[in-house]
Amino acid sequence: MADTGFLSRRGFIIGTGATGLTIGILASCTPNAGEPDAPDYSNLPPNEEVNAWVHIDHDDTVTVRIARSEMGQGTLTGLAQLVADELDCDWDKVTTEYPTPGENLARERIWRDYSTGGSQGIRGSQDYVREGAAAAKAMLIEAAANEWGVPASECTSENSIITHGPSGQTTTYGKVAGAASQLPPPLDVTVKDPSQWKIIGEAKKRLDTADKLTGKQVYGADVQLDGMRNAAIKQAPKIGATIASYDAAAISNMPGVEKVIALKNPFGEGENAVAVIADTWWHANKALEALPIEWAGGVAFSTAEFEAELDNGLTAEEAFVGNGGGDLAGAFAAADQMIEATYNMPLQNHACMEPMNTTALYTEDRCEIWCPTQNGEAALAAVSEASGLPIEQCEVYKIHLGGGFGRRAMPDYVQQSVLIAKEMPGTPVKMLWSREESMMHGFFHPTTKARVRGALDADGNLTGMHMRISGQSILATLIPQALQDGVDYATFQGLLPAGVDPRLEDQTLKYSFDNFLIDHAMRNPPVRPGFWRGVNLNQNAIYLECFMDELAHAAGRDPLEFRLAHLSDSPKAAAVLQAVADRSGWGNDDGKARGLCVMYGFGSYVAACAEVTVDDDGKLFIDKIVAATDPGHAVNPQQIEAQVEGSFVYGLSAMLYGEITYADGEVQERNFDTYNSLRLADMPEVETIIMPSGGFWGGVGEPTIAVAAPAVLNAIYAATGKRIRQLPIKDQNLRDA
Amino acid sequence: MATLKINGETVTVDVEDDTPLLWVIREQAGLTGTKYGCGIAQCGTCTIHVDGSPVRSCVFPVGALSGSEEITTIEGLSEDASHPVQKAWAELDIPQCGYCQPGMIMAVSGMLNDNPNPSDEDIDAEITNICRCGTLARVRKGIKLAVEKS
Repeated sequence: MADTGFLSRRGFIIGTGATGLTIGILASCTPNAGEPDAPDYSNLPPNEEVNAWVHIDHDDTVTVRIARSEMGQGTLTGLAQLVADELDCDWDKVTTEYPTPGENLARERIWRDYSTGGSQGIRGSQDYVREGAAAAKAMLIEAAANEWGVPASECTSENSIITHGPSGQTTTYGKVAGAASQLPPPLDVTVKDPSQWKIIGEAKKRLDTADKLTGKQVYGADVQLDGMRNAAIKQAPKIGATIASYDAAAISNMPGVEKVIALKNPFGEGENAVAVIADTWWHANKALEALPIEWAGGVAFSTAEFEAELDNGLTAEEAFVGNGGGDLAGAFAAADQMIEATYNMPLQNHACMEPMNTTALYTEDRCEIWCPTQNGEAALAAVSEASGLPIEQCEVYKIHLGGGFGRRAMPDYVQQSVLIAKEMPGTPVKMLWSREESMMHGFFHPTTKARVRGALDADGNLTGMHMRISGQSILATLIPQALQDGVDYATFQGLLPAGVDPRLEDQTLKYSFDNFLIDHAMRNPPVRPGFWRGVNLNQNAIYLECFMDELAHAAGRDPLEFRLAHLSDSPKAAAVLQAVADRSGWGNDDGKARGLCVMYGFGSYVAACAEVTVDDDGKLFIDKIVAATDPGHAVNPQQIEAQVEGSFVYGLSAMLYGEITYADGEVQERNFDTYNSLRLADMPEVETIIMPSGGFWGGVGEPTIAVAAPAVLNAIYAATGKRIRQLPIKDQNLRDA
Repeated sequence: MATLKINGETVTVDVEDDTPLLWVIREQAGLTGTKYGCGIAQCGTCTIHVDGSPVRSCVFPVGALSGSEEITTIEGLSEDASHPVQKAWAELDIPQCGYCQPGMIMAVSGMLNDNPNPSDEDIDAEITNICRCGTLARVRKGIKLAVEKS
């Protein structure tokens, strides 16, 4: 491809700061390199964009603008498929780029939402992205028709070629893209019916793989700018503590050290972090570790002591009601058998492989950052706030994330990087957290417990159920304005009735119960919670689906049949459950220990059947998992498979190892030696059934996480006859439980 | 001051002896394909080859090298991603976020240098890298495909 024109110009725009610095970051991936005999378009002026979503070069290269962030979940490729399909363009000539949040602001948010979370990347933007592509296609066809002097209605498009039917004339998108860009956008467009899709639904390879195999992919931690300095940071280890003093002179002679600065707390009072700026990060971090710092104040919080508060919530009189109906007291009074179980969910770190980082360049009239962020617009606002500059004088250059999982939706590290760069006007500074900082200063998965009670009649029917969730609310801390009369409905993900909140219609309870109550006694520790891949669905699935398993066994009924009996109002949930049961050999008399789970979350129906072995010493082997997902429309089946497989790594890592504990206000798990993650040796075989039933758009990146742990925990029971209700499993002997 | 051979080129760097090879590669040699993940040899994302064998470079002090060793990073594994492991990884579309993949690819290719036809038990023992996105199921398939391609 010629090194001119819009794409490469954009590459430089991305890398060109106020001071004319350039770096080698391209948010896009280069399509098939030009053939040796490719025509030379370098004498032509670059084409303007067809519209905000699509730019087409003279050589037919289609650049799709992607507002959402790519953090591994494959949204970049999926969104490009949506656009390419609607555009009727040649998939082999598709590339992508991130329009900056600053451009979005300047263009009145033409790319709309940049926030990347809640498994919303595709389902939350598919309508306007496809409409944008359909509009671009209409403009291209109109431009060709104008050139030929024929009605646009006589022209068709396919594979980046426009054909005038009656005359047989053809042209390419690249040839008419310039003229198309000058046309007014069509007043209304119609997107394709799913039956017409050719690229949507195809197992296309990811567009971002090539550079991830060679080390060329630049992550935030890899950014290098001319004259750049490096900063390491240490935040108060104890919750709420501030700096009492530090002795910069003690490290001023260490190699490479340039500056030692105190940072004010972006979310609270006082200064709560110290940064060392040096020539290299290694020098900065080494000096920081040697720096004498005295901290003052703070909260002596302990997770062990907080247990009592969680337990108190389990039986407290007052609780917020999330869902319920019927006559629960009557059902309990008339029960033939009462079953009760208490489960827990510890605090967990997102543990992105790439530690938190941002590179910032501050001058008195402009501030720019290079940043891995799940929310470019929030990052832009954070730059403005921390720099004190109007938002129009700030910019965010997004970079693919080395993992996000919800952690990089928070802008704390962005603010810190700007505060550091403000101390070095005109010099770009890359701030990189150590693993220990990333582990200690997360926005953790909230901690809760649940006490669940169920009434069975003499025939083994479930006649009443009460689920009491006790514990932490994400919204109460992070977005208190989103509470409704004090209720955090997000706590009830996957358990809600329909009609509570339009934003939570994809989080409803798919079981039908006659007499039940699901409520929440809010108990908030002084620990900041966060949205963690799968969020509250993860523990709610354990509470609901492990208990359903307990009920089925107490009733002497088959756990599959027992669940299906309550899924008559949700045939799609029943279908995914039945699918995993059928495929896994559920009910076969083969001596294998299996466990089931089914949930509805993030708009998708998901189920899993796990097969485990527990040896005589109580050691767990997860042999195989069959998973099914119905996301409505399956945009890229092989990437859905990848997300389903990955969800088991994330969900089972949490079940096996995921626990952040505090003692005297300090996080105790500070690296992967004490906060482990599932390794290859423990990775089960995963068989994925994708069964898109059409008619809706469900998420993919998160829902399957929720079914991972319950399916395995239920299988452990099948293997051992012991219930594991205390997570993480860590080194519990599963036969002594 | 240390003289190193990285990807076939001799590089002289001005660093303290205790500087981990990871940071020399990233900050002095400017090769950022090798990633920092944990700094304590737990996650494997910093894996490189020293004389063909996999090494977790975050805990390997540069002073421990004699200068004659051949250091290979992801950038030097092959010309144009033609190593069998890279080809297998491309065919199975393994990377998600991709941050751990240079280390994963170097760990796998290093294992295959020493053991061209590893059993599942060998793989379990040798490949202990962390991937939080969760590419592990495909990693095992990728190793087997790479063996076929070698």
